[in-house]
Amino acid sequence: MAKHETPMLDQLESGPWPSFVSDIKREAEVRAKNEKNVEYQIPQDVCEDILGVMELSFKHGRTHWKHGGIVGVFGYGGGVIGRYCDQPEMFPGVAHFHTVRVNQPAGKFYTTKFLNELCDLWDFRGSGLTNMHGSTGDIVLLGTTTPQLEEIFYELTHNMNQDLGGSGSNLRTPSDCIGEARCEYACYDTQDVCHALTVEYQDELHRPAFPYKFKFKFDGCPNCCVASIARSDMSFIGTWRDDIRIDQEAVKAYIGGEIAPNGGAHSGRDWGPFDIEKEIIGLCPTGCMRMDGDKLEIDDRECTRCMHCINAMPRALRIGNDRGCSILVGAKAPILDGAQMGSLLVPFVKVQEPYDELKEVIENLWDWWMEEGKNRERIGELIKRQGFQKMLQATGIKPMPQHVLAPRTNPYIFWKEDEVEGGWDRDINEFRKHHQR
Amino acid sequence: MAFISSGYNPSKPMEDRITDIGPRKYDQFYPEVIKNNKGKWKYHEILEPGILMHVSDTGEKVFTVRVGGARLMTVSHIREISEIADKHCDGHLRFTTRNNIEFMVDSEDKVKPLKEDLESRKFPGGSFKFPVGGTGAGITNIVHTQGWMHCHTPATDASGPVKATMDVLFDDFKTMRLPAHLRVSLACCLNMCGAVHCSDIAILGYHRKPPILDHEYLDKMCEIPLAIAACPTAAIKPAKVELANGNTVKSVAVKGERCMFCGNCYTMCPSMPLSDDVGDGIVIMVGGKVSNRISMPKFSKVVVAFIPNEPPRWPQTTDVIKKMVDIYSNNANKYERLGEWAERIGWERFFDLCELDFTHHLIDDFRDPAYYTWRQSTQFKF
Repeated sequence: MAKHETPMLDQLESGPWPSFVSDIKREAEVRAKNEKNVEYQIPQDVCEDILGVMELSFKHGRTHWKHGGIVGVFGYGGGVIGRYCDQPEMFPGVAHFHTVRVNQPAGKFYTTKFLNELCDLWDFRGSGLTNMHGSTGDIVLLGTTTPQLEEIFYELTHNMNQDLGGSGSNLRTPSDCIGEARCEYACYDTQDVCHALTVEYQDELHRPAFPYKFKFKFDGCPNCCVASIARSDMSFIGTWRDDIRIDQEAVKAYIGGEIAPNGGAHSGRDWGPFDIEKEIIGLCPTGCMRMDGDKLEIDDRECTRCMHCINAMPRALRIGNDRGCSILVGAKAPILDGAQMGSLLVPFVKVQEPYDELKEVIENLWDWWMEEGKNRERIGELIKRQGFQKMLQATGIKPMPQHVLAPRTNPYIFWKEDEVEGGWDRDINEFRKHHQR
Repeated sequence: MAFISSGYNPSKPMEDRITDIGPRKYDQFYPEVIKNNKGKWKYHEILEPGILMHVSDTGEKVFTVRVGGARLMTVSHIREISEIADKHCDGHLRFTTRNNIEFMVDSEDKVKPLKEDLESRKFPGGSFKFPVGGTGAGITNIVHTQGWMHCHTPATDASGPVKATMDVLFDDFKTMRLPAHLRVSLACCLNMCGAVHCSDIAILGYHRKPPILDHEYLDKMCEIPLAIAACPTAAIKPAKVELANGNTVKSVAVKGERCMFCGNCYTMCPSMPLSDDVGDGIVIMVGGKVSNRISMPKFSKVVVAFIPNEPPRWPQTTDVIKKMVDIYSNNANKYERLGEWAERIGWERFFDLCELDFTHHLIDDFRDPAYYTWRQSTQFKF
């Protein structure tokens, strides 16, 4: 018999999509029966109370969570989010319901052994509820009490060789796309860079010293499957600077209808026979492709590497061999001054261990932002406030036309004194010799 | 329920402490076929919705079965995922950025039993535990935030509207009939920890009432200067307030017409809650994308200013979304993302086709970028 009636939530058990309500009800039952004799360290009926509080929110149209308090583990300034219920008498099982962020492995590959260990830990010391995964990429363990936090951290670090993720004004847990592990478009090893920089910047990740949050995301190609260009303060997007590799036989096979375009992504509808002129050449944003007889030609110097032709004919066209990444800076969600996309700072850099060239850009940007950034100002907002030029100065990167979509449309140039011959100190008497008052 | 320590000694917190070790290294978790072919992949094919084949230069292949996940999942569910991976995939699996689960096998004959096993598993209420799909020109899983499950500032729930929406869009999760892939995202307030601002369709929770002021407690619970400084529009100022009992306390005043309902003040000061059953609801934004394919990445645009919260199934929200998806599907060209289609036909035609009202709320008036969204041209459609 359920502890709380949940008539509204119950309506979310039907329908084909996996029901979180059914899942939580199952967990509530498992905890109630406790066939494994787990010595639950937080209330056994926590899952019933979470359903109860959710039902109440469904009824009220309002959340019942209070703003978090300061909780955490010794020596870290992030990784745990405090959370308290505003109806603790009604739902004592979730009165304290803190979140633990666990730094996910790059690429989000797992062994079942690791996941089972994590489940055992979260059965024992938490609610049994998780997010796989949080928006930033962490494994999110939802719901535990303050006395459990150090114990959870102890078990994670001692038994699972696993650390927490970031929260607050620090480096947030970096994340990446699947990259070279299982994608032919990957222009660099996203997982290795993601892991190496996460390990390199552990201090920045655990101990908030920044004006606000800072996110890295690593996309292996301009398709941007982890949305780095929209979601990370520093976005590393794979690219190449030589020629797209063409297999002319495969091009013919696409034209002849032997291979489905776009890896078969459009097979749910009859779009008619593949038309290379219309579907590839006509959609190329730079118009740099043409057919010479039955041979496809690409003027690679004019290509902007949008990926369309490669996505559409993956067996005929492959990314170039001279690979690296572009770095874009300053993406963020709308608060406070409107959403921002990352702006291109480094058009191309080779991505090679130990990634010193990337670290140099990162650390120069951090130095500038930590010096100049206001409290709760993202780096993208600092760029807007002080100007793109200041970011170039801070990183020692030369301005180039690739940095802009177009040059400025106003001539209000803030010339610096040292740019103007003779400086700004002038002699009024000398001037007056030739110009009367 | 006696407290059991795993070894942590509170009187000596630094004793035997391990810190700053970071995550486990990714390659400890690779399946064998991934380990052997990393960086050597040649091409891929979607064999059927939800099933991918990647072919390596070595000739080896990996077959991936992608299933939707609810993101919010219990350890029992994860254990079931592990059990399946143990049975079919040598104990390996992965999650995608969009909360899907991917089971990988190294030969084609292992695909069918895996798929059948996954699709046979249902919750007692009838929903699939592991629906196969989410590939190609269709709709994959919704990325979302915490909502009423865990957050203090949400203007809507997350798991509820996501479940309701995916139920409505389920056919497009299972098939690949759309002109291009279509990404749906949900953020439960405008702080967007789920960053939905570049999605084909974004479901965004939004408050419409300024904070309620708990004057009696405000100065006791909050640093007033921090609450004032947190406001992006300078709508909050210090104030002295006389309480019903005649006492005068330090508090704040909020200029309602300047409030953008972001809740940043509430994050700084718990005596300024925003939530309201009538005030809160959903904004629909469309036409964003993050890919650089053909056109540059785009922000999503607000096309419906407000839909009330309607738990448990948010029918008006899901109706608007379903209708837009169908109209996009019937009208856009092959490869055209929703935003590219809307730009090609013009937003005036988009509102026309989708039968959406255009109200003043949809014209940008927030700071500088607003001007660039007005029409500085005589080119428009009637």
